[in-house]
Order: sequence, then structure tokens, then C-alpha cells
Amino acid sequence: MKKTLSQSHTTPLPREGQGGGVSASTPLPREGQGGGVSASTPLPREGQGGGVSESGASRSLIVSALDHGTVIDHIPCDRLFEVINLLHLDQMTSKVTIGFNLKSHKMGTKSIIKIADRFFTDDELNQLSVVAPNVTLTIIRDYEVVEKKQVCLPDELRGIVRCNNPKCITNNEPMQTFFHVTNKQTGIIRCHYCNHEQELRK
Amino acid sequence: MNRSLVTIADHSREKIEYLIRMAQEFEKQPNRLLLQGRIVATLFFEPSTRTRLSFETAANRLGARVIGFADPKVTSGTKGETLKDTIMMVSNYADIIVMRHHLEGAARYASEIAPVPIINAGDGANQHPSQTMLDLYTIYQTQGTLDNLNIYLVGDLKYGRTVHSLLTAMRHFHPTFHFIAPDELAMPDTYKEYCRQHDIQYVEHQDFDADVIAGADILYMTRVQRERFTDLMEYERVKDRYLLKLDMLSKARPNMRILHPLPRVNEIEYSIDDDPHAYYFQQARNGLFARQALICDALGITLEQVREDKTII
Repeated sequence: MKKTLSQSHTTPLPREGQGGGVSASTPLPREGQGGGVSASTPLPREGQGGGVSESGASRSLIVSALDHGTVIDHIPCDRLFEVINLLHLDQMTSKVTIGFNLKSHKMGTKSIIKIADRFFTDDELNQLSVVAPNVTLTIIRDYEVVEKKQVCLPDELRGIVRCNNPKCITNNEPMQTFFHVTNKQTGIIRCHYCNHEQELRK
Repeated sequence: MNRSLVTIADHSREKIEYLIRMAQEFEKQPNRLLLQGRIVATLFFEPSTRTRLSFETAANRLGARVIGFADPKVTSGTKGETLKDTIMMVSNYADIIVMRHHLEGAARYASEIAPVPIINAGDGANQHPSQTMLDLYTIYQTQGTLDNLNIYLVGDLKYGRTVHSLLTAMRHFHPTFHFIAPDELAMPDTYKEYCRQHDIQYVEHQDFDADVIAGADILYMTRVQRERFTDLMEYERVKDRYLLKLDMLSKARPNMRILHPLPRVNEIEYSIDDDPHAYYFQQARNGLFARQALICDALGITLEQVREDKTII
């Protein structure tokens, strides 16, 4: 993917639309999945994240700017697909741009997701804290950043985490898991059903 | 309102005292027709003869009829039916379901899906609230109060759910707990933390002898099970150390009573059975009154109704 990005050198993206970015070289990003990737210009709007700057300006690569939507930045690369699953992005009909293995000053490599025309509830977004607690969320309206926020662990987690207790009913019955967060700092959660406590990121 | 009983941990001091008062009524007069026309289902997905007989006796003595199964082999669970399907099916027939299950959290789940109240008769290593209720009732009965008691817990404090539930339920009553257990079966840190959070005093003892027991109001014995040990040598070393012998009662307070959830294997010397401190068989009998109270409460029958009951046989 990164290879793809660094090989696309041609036409700057049209300002409008996150889809259909045309890149001359192969392999092409698939039409309709977003993937607009352009060389050097246009620059990302302030705060939208995702500018991928390789050494020289001419090689600077940007994921196109959103006009309306949500940007989830600083996703650890090994958690990208979990984030996709959690937000059910595979069922999304609006444009979704996904950057994977991008360079990041903070993290080394990171992933980023831009979702056009979709604004999530805090409850939906806070689920991300389970797999990627340090992501940055940016809400864009009319190309402007209207809100930036961090996710925080919600009080309750439904259907995201599996219970570690093999004798828990949730591991033996077709049903949703349900945890109460007992300590947000250390990420200790307690199963609503069997009462076992476990650490979230284990 | 969901009147199910999944755990006693949610109960307030007032609710516990209320249920004790109701059980007292049933102790005075256990035979009634208060539940005439009602059907109680006892679903034992895991065999437990003692608990099942106690619940079925409680229901029968109140005039209810009982349906259910005692052996999971006869249920459709073995054919792959989910717990939900079994519970939904039985809910069509019975007014209340008493269930025991080997999986933890099964009763909580059942209580969330069933249109009728569920009484948890034990869900794996998790909860066994009717046992806790009869323990509380017995402590109250023998001491005249639940407040400010010295309660000694002996034996398997790691896996023993009865001692964990008792500890949790006693938090309202300012007890002092004494933990006496081999290292392998010591009270888990989470419960010690629970004690600290709820201002419950506790003392840990290595020895188990007449001097240690001398301060006890309640001596709660549990079974040290061989299968709990990874190191069988360790089991052989400690198994006799937590045996209660008659001569150890020499300094016991007159009000001290020995409780045991039963079955006992050898942790209480048989010669103690005739000692006035022994109370485990009466404790088991109290299970009947406690369960009568729990069934009635789950069915929405109030203490007032029990007191004004005209159906006493």
C-alpha cells in the first residue's frame, strides 16, 4: 500500500470528492473505495491529519481533504482492521479513505481513516478505546475542523470484548458480551455475567 | 419489574433484614397454601440433590406444584438446545424458574431473557444466593443480630463461593472476618481489597487451634478439596491442619456456632455433632425457610401477606 502511495506522482486530486483520485502508476487504488492519493498538492487542510511527508516536497503525498466527515488518525497499524470492524466500515456506502503504514513522527508508522459524510456518536467512537486508545478524532464540516477529540473508555462495553473465562455463559451461548469498566486508567473490566475481571489490553 | 434473584450482592441491609423476617414467619409455620395453583420449575442443568430437594420442599410446603429436571442428561441441552430456548420454553409453563447451571453467569442471562422470575440456585463458581441467605438467617438466628460479629472462615477460601458471597453480604453489618486457610487456598486479593474498600476488618491466621477459635462468634467451616491442589504433597501436608476437633472448642465462647455449607467430608470431627456449638444440620434446615422466603419474594408476595396469610395448614 505504501508502495502504491509513493509511486503515484501525477495529477493532483480534484478538490471535490475523496473518491476517484487518479494515480498514474500501478497498482491503482480501487475506484469507489476512496483512495484518492495525490502527489504534493493539494495540501491537507489544517488539522485533518494524514499528510504523509516523505523527504522532499515533490514526493510529499497527501490523502485528500474531506469536506464533511470524520477523520480517525494515529491508529496503530496492527489495529487498523479492528477499527474497521468495530465501526462496520465494510458496510459503509459513503466514501472511506484508508491509509495504512503511513509515516508518523509520533508513532513511526500509523494508519488513518477518513470517512465522508458520516458522524459517529460518542458511544460508537468510544468503542475504539478498546483497540486503539490513543487515536485522534477530527470532525470536519465544510472543510473546517469543527471538533477534535480523543476517545475515552466508556462505562460499559457491549459485544466488543470476549470474556477470558471459558466457563462464562457468554462463551457458551449465542449472545452478546457485556462488561462494566471498573477502572478506566488501568483498563480493568468486569464481566456483567460471570463477574470475572480482566485487563482490557491483554 | 424483574424480581429475579441472581446474587445477594445487590441486596441492601434493609432487604436482607426483610427476607430474614419473612423466613422467620416460615420457620414458625412452614406448611401453607400460599402458592396454591402456582407452578415452580426447578431446572438443574447440573445435578445438586441437596439444593434441589430444599427448593422443591420449600415449594411443596407452600402448596405449589413442581416441574423440572434433576439431571441435565434428560434435557435438550444435550441435543444442542441453547439455554435461552430452554428458558423461554419453560417460561410458558411455570410461574417461576429455579435454576442451577455449571456455567457462570447463566442465571443472570436467564433473568434478562425470561418473562418469569429466575432464582439462581448456583451458577458454576459464581453465585449461590440461597445458600448465602440461609447462612445469614442462621447467623441471625444463633446470634440474635448480624451486627459486629467475629466471623471465622476456615478451609478453602480461594474457590469457596459460599464464603465469598457471605463476605459480600455481610458488608452492611460491620463484621470482623478471620481467614484461616492454607496458602494455596488463601482468600484472594480481590476480596481483601473488597474488605478494605468497604471498611471490613479482617485478620489472617496461620494456626487453627483453641486459642484462635476463642474469639469466634461464628466458625464457618468449608471443605478443603483434594482436586483444588496442583501439588498433592501440599494437600497431604495441610489437609489435617484445618480439621476441627472437639478439644479445640475448649475455649470457645458460649454463643459460638459452627456452620458448614455441607457436604462435610472430614473437616469436622464427628464427635462434635453432639456438642452444643455444632449447628450445621439446623443450618441446612434453615435452607427450607430461607428458600420459602426467596420464592415468595420473587413471586411478589410481601411480608405483610405472609403475616396475614390465612392458608396455614
